[in-house]
Amino acid sequence: MELTGAEITIRCLQEEGVEYVFGYPGGAVLFIYDELFKQEQVKHVLVRHEQAAVHAADGYARSTDKVGVALVTSGPGVTNAVTGIATAYMDSIPLVVISGQVPTSYIGEDAFQEVDTVGITRPCVKHNFLVKDVRDIASTMKKAFYLAKSGRPGPVLVDIPKDVSQQKTEYSYPATVNIRSYTPQTHGDIGQIKRAAQLLLEAKRPMVYAGGGVVLSDASKQLTELVRLLGVPCTNTLMGLGGYPADDRQFVGMLGMHGTYEANLGMQNCDVLLAVGARFDDRVIGNVGHFNSVPRKIIHIDIDPASISKRVKVDVPIVGDVAHVLADLLSVLNSSKQKPDAAALKDWWKQIDEWRAANSLAYKNSSEVIKPQYVIEQLHKLTHGDAFVTSDVGQHQMWAAQYYGFNHPRRWINSGGLGTMGFGLPAAMGVQLAHPGAPVACVTGEGSIQMNIQELSTCKQYQLPIKIIALNNRYLGMVRQWQEFFHGNRYSHSYMDALPDFVKLAEAYGHVGILVEKPSDVEGALKEAFARKDELVFLDFRTDMTENVYPMVPGGKGLSEVILAEDL
Amino acid sequence: MRHIISLLMENEAGALSRVAGLFSARGYNIESLNVAPTEDPTMSRMTIVTSGSDEVIEQINKQLNKLVDVVSVMDLSDGDHIERELMLVKVHATGEAREELKRIADIFRGRIIDVSDKTYTIELTGSGSKLDSFLQAIDHSLILETVRTGASGIGRGDRILKL
Repeated sequence: MELTGAEITIRCLQEEGVEYVFGYPGGAVLFIYDELFKQEQVKHVLVRHEQAAVHAADGYARSTDKVGVALVTSGPGVTNAVTGIATAYMDSIPLVVISGQVPTSYIGEDAFQEVDTVGITRPCVKHNFLVKDVRDIASTMKKAFYLAKSGRPGPVLVDIPKDVSQQKTEYSYPATVNIRSYTPQTHGDIGQIKRAAQLLLEAKRPMVYAGGGVVLSDASKQLTELVRLLGVPCTNTLMGLGGYPADDRQFVGMLGMHGTYEANLGMQNCDVLLAVGARFDDRVIGNVGHFNSVPRKIIHIDIDPASISKRVKVDVPIVGDVAHVLADLLSVLNSSKQKPDAAALKDWWKQIDEWRAANSLAYKNSSEVIKPQYVIEQLHKLTHGDAFVTSDVGQHQMWAAQYYGFNHPRRWINSGGLGTMGFGLPAAMGVQLAHPGAPVACVTGEGSIQMNIQELSTCKQYQLPIKIIALNNRYLGMVRQWQEFFHGNRYSHSYMDALPDFVKLAEAYGHVGILVEKPSDVEGALKEAFARKDELVFLDFRTDMTENVYPMVPGGKGLSEVILAEDL
Repeated sequence: MRHIISLLMENEAGALSRVAGLFSARGYNIESLNVAPTEDPTMSRMTIVTSGSDEVIEQINKQLNKLVDVVSVMDLSDGDHIERELMLVKVHATGEAREELKRIADIFRGRIIDVSDKTYTIELTGSGSKLDSFLQAIDHSLILETVRTGASGIGRGDRILKL
């Protein structure tokens, strides 16, 4: 039977088992929306801005192991979506974004709502397609889902001109997909894995540094087993939090610009470093020259060969899926007669514990003013560290990362690479839809939340009982902190003037708003919010205006050149 | 250091822009780039001349391999290879210079492929430095136009770039 391009598009989504499509209709996608209307299997979630559609699909993908799907119209629909696509690209999140395009005969004529979608998105997608022939839609969709999910995941965009969505052709969904130029390597080289095992067994001061790749590859189990087997300290990157249980003694906290003292000094001073699904980025290792000034052997496991030896030269590169490689490494270690050097490890832990004793995350609580760290600690306590926590970008993000304590992967949902303000609320929508009934908290600030506040309306329409934890310090806190440290206290445009009454705003959208001004009210307010299981609650916490995030490795500095709270 | 990188890629719209975009986005040098279809009409072959430290060249190779449209990549400079470039030069050729230009073209094994009463168009093939030498050998003021393809390269003997 012949189907239209639009029908085929929806059929493909059904074939892929897509549960939700996050989108916004417009002229170029009207045929596709018409087909969505005629079926019930794929549910559409109408956002209020295309950026939010992509973030919601992204949150859905991060909190599950599925591909997130967004649908937007041509022109401004696409340009609004670009921030969302770039966010997913930087964090390697599998998405398929379908965009409408002006009819093929209009392409290049500066038609109404025309942009060069493939050109605009090219640098921030894993791959993209412009489908010019209706007969190519099914195979292109198949490729798109395969590319998004396999290898190093990422967003894939499929641009469908309006006339192509209207034309008819015979439909059959390909059972298999083969792209001759694309063959990701999933299993690591066994020789290299043996070399890695030997280095780890001989190490005197070994350290495991695990990133988002562990979460994406669902390799937490293997990582945890490996770290325990070796008896080594383990640190997570911002993207890797939850990949190793935060309440475990061998966990030394997050590393990087706002990492713990013990994680950063461990990273700097180890003699063998096992990097797993992480990429040595500037927010993690700071100054490359400083990092390289100390000799150490580095083993790097990553599915993307281009991530290996990009910023830091690696001694044992292992290309492969983290879960497979860790499993192979475990079996090599388990069958080895040699055991880790217990005496050396004992000394190493003594050193780590000395650094740990600096208690670098300590803060002075107050009975007068709400400390943001305290709010996060209370959130952890109330939700037993099991909630899904999304965040926006800034100080609140760092506090959530430092103080929540994630024990499970896919619970911490944040824009690590691109640092996209406005990510938290729409991402929480995707998370909540993927996990109905689960507690979902969006930790945000009064700056970030206003970047996609319109989604409170979407939350009402789909009855998403997200708990918005706004750490409202009336400043763009991270900007203010940098201005305090590095720009002579000149707070250029970092004060959030003329803020709305968030309680009233939440109420205007049909939600519940609670203003919290006293530290003694924090726990009660959180309890009340989570007790309201079916309602979105906006908690407006008026926090200390000038609290800073510590520890801090200033930009361009080395990991041991850290500023601790007590230094100031 | 100078490297000459050969790659096979899908003969699809936009494939060239993915490669060119990669070089500009990551700040890699392009000295020259040329591309044309191969005996297999679904594939194009591209030759890129670039330069950079060993680390940068390693990244260029990895990043090129990562592009979904790129089928295979070979750094020709890693082994024995042959490199050729084609140049067309239109020169002002009157009076005594007319004879002299013909003579120099012959020395460089160039061919005159178009003639008018005032001009010659000379076709020259060789390494980039040979073409440079030719341009230096003739009177600079006589040059009206120069067109160069950039280098094309191929491995020697058994070094073959294919799917």
